[in-house]
Amino acid sequence: MNDLGSAFSTALGLVATADPAVAQIVLLSLRVSLTAVAVAALVGLPLGALLAVARFPGRGGVIVVLNALMGLPPVVAGLLIYLLLSRSGPLGSLGLLFTPTAMVIAQAVLITPILAALTRGVLEGLWEEYAEQLRSFGAGPWRAVPTLLWDGRFMLLTVLLAGFGRAAAEVGAVMVVGGNIEGFTRVMTTAIALETSKGDLPLALALGMVLMAIVVTVNALAQGLRDTAARWAG
Amino acid sequence: MFTTLRRTFLAAAIAATASRPAAAQERFITVASTTSTEQSGLFGHILPIFTRETGIAVRVIALGTGQALDVGRRGDADVVFVHDRAAEERFVAEGFGGPRRHVMYNDFVITGPAADPARIAGLRDTNQALRRIAEARAPFISRGDRSGTHAAELRLWQMAGVDPTTGRGQWYREVGQGMGPALNTAAAQGAYILTDRGTWLSFRNRQDQRILVEGDTRLFNQYGVMLVNPQRHPHVKAADGQRFIDWIVSPAGQAAIADYKINGEQLFFPNATQPEPTS
Amino acid sequence: MRTPDTILPLRAEGLGFAARGLRILSDVSLTIEAGAPTIVIGPNGAGKSVLLRLLHGLLAPSEGRVTWAGQAARRQAMVFQRPVLLRRSVLANAVYPLGLSGVARAEREARARDALALVGLGDLADRPARRLSGGEQQRLALARAAALHPEVLFLDEPCASLDPAATKAVEEIVAALAARGTKIVMTTHDLGQARRLAGEVVFVHRGRVAEHAPAAAFFAQPATPEAAAFLRGELVW
Repeated sequence: MNDLGSAFSTALGLVATADPAVAQIVLLSLRVSLTAVAVAALVGLPLGALLAVARFPGRGGVIVVLNALMGLPPVVAGLLIYLLLSRSGPLGSLGLLFTPTAMVIAQAVLITPILAALTRGVLEGLWEEYAEQLRSFGAGPWRAVPTLLWDGRFMLLTVLLAGFGRAAAEVGAVMVVGGNIEGFTRVMTTAIALETSKGDLPLALALGMVLMAIVVTVNALAQGLRDTAARWAG
Repeated sequence: MFTTLRRTFLAAAIAATASRPAAAQERFITVASTTSTEQSGLFGHILPIFTRETGIAVRVIALGTGQALDVGRRGDADVVFVHDRAAEERFVAEGFGGPRRHVMYNDFVITGPAADPARIAGLRDTNQALRRIAEARAPFISRGDRSGTHAAELRLWQMAGVDPTTGRGQWYREVGQGMGPALNTAAAQGAYILTDRGTWLSFRNRQDQRILVEGDTRLFNQYGVMLVNPQRHPHVKAADGQRFIDWIVSPAGQAAIADYKINGEQLFFPNATQPEPTS
Repeated sequence: MRTPDTILPLRAEGLGFAARGLRILSDVSLTIEAGAPTIVIGPNGAGKSVLLRLLHGLLAPSEGRVTWAGQAARRQAMVFQRPVLLRRSVLANAVYPLGLSGVARAEREARARDALALVGLGDLADRPARRLSGGEQQRLALARAAALHPEVLFLDEPCASLDPAATKAVEEIVAALAARGTKIVMTTHDLGQARRLAGEVVFVHRGRVAEHAPAAAFFAQPATPEAAAFLRGELVW
């Protein structure tokens, strides 16, 4: 109880003083996770839309794999990317290990299957409604993909938020590929892990509260945007 | 409204990519080191001094000694700064880096619950203390992670003539984690544990854990530093890495180490200018 | 490349359709020529909508085939009972199919606006389509189809969910399109509507075309007892 109270006042203190170290960590967290969501969306959204509209041999298999990948342990993803990006790995010459870019890659790999699977679920309903009309217009599945993505944009915002939440909360993969370097690759979650292992539980918890506050804020902003826009479009 | 939405997405994307800090361009080296040096706050104290003197920033990856050496083997760091002499010498012998320079030592302590079920409080002899823990089958947390501390703990058991692995899963519990998480576990379970003094002093979640055994020379913990072999990994920043090594064994670096204290207590004892003690 | 001037006549030969073991249409052969609207009538479940979808190409027949005199793919359109509007502005809805059918980008908006004016939605071009009333939505669906300048326009019960005023508006638009030379092929269960619009009638009963006759003749003297009963308003199935 004492710890919780002290965590709460520590969190308030961190926010109130705009602690520069914490601010830097927060900004990096946002930058890495938002970029990862953007990268993952480029692949995951069209893939999910295609799975919603197209019927092709092996589609069931792709869906099973995607659903399974949603449960990919972050540490495993991190390890795979570590081995790829390591100087001794196939992409070592890029020199990306222990950089924010490596963390973006790790998070993007983790959330792409999530975005694809959620997108498929959301757009299947829309496709059911649109399919006959679009076919009447002469639009095949390939042409339907951008149409569904655009017309489903408000629903897809929720999908992106789910991806962002998962990316921002992830610790295992970014720890492995980012190295938790102070001032360079330290993000909220790895900072929390560090403070936990130093036994400074109130500070760890306070950072957790700050992280939650950020995620809640991003969600509220996006939700507000979605509601305003959706009210317009019906 | 569509354009507003699009513009917002765009702005977010730009903000996410464009705010790249200048750090990406700066001159830096990557040092694979241990949780004890990072988490005790030593690096936070000495690295800014080095950076101020040389203009070289230092990016520290804090891992167990075994992992840190692996990072060096793979060429993912320029310098390795760890504490497991046998493993370090193997690293050098295999041609992955070196030469090894000894830098400083700290010491390990055995902490345990105030109730002290194995009655080891005040002992100086680690052999005796470990034998009592084994006889009492009192819970003991092992790092179990191939770290320098884990290696030191296994050496201590061997010297005590006890094979703790017979109690594996019962009183001898390997957590496979860093020093901090292992201390958290020991505190939660009222178990004994071997820890470096630096991590212990900066550790906040002690509950009723306290130092029970300290001072035995067998508990001294020597740190060494090595440049990763640039012949094996051509991208290694040999000049800047060597500069760091030269600095940390120089009088300036050694003084910075000696200068670092928690609650007035010195954590690391520089000994680069003296012959290395043999253990 | 020059396409033939017309895609008509449209021919169905021995058309049949079954889904999941359920037979819906059998042995439909008919020829639809250019001219006044063809109205497909018949009891509920007779297979009218399926027939329209087979002719439009949305369904593949189980037997038989549909043939056109020319390249039909882009010269026909369909309006459904419940309009499916994109979650975009009224104008964007009317522009959308033009892009798909290869109308030059520069021409699309003008054509879409013309079509909106035709259905009386010119002032609502920037409104979100799905905020329109039911009648306005169906008129937008008509504008969307009309903008394509189709030679043949299929309409599947376009007024089934509309009130009389909206129905009247839709009928006027359909009549105007027919007057401009668009061939109308429309299903309805509303005999009054059929009488108002039909040039010829196709009477579908139990999955077969029971009669195909000029409207005047059909309404004056149906050739089959089922059609006669249907026209008297008796329950026929």
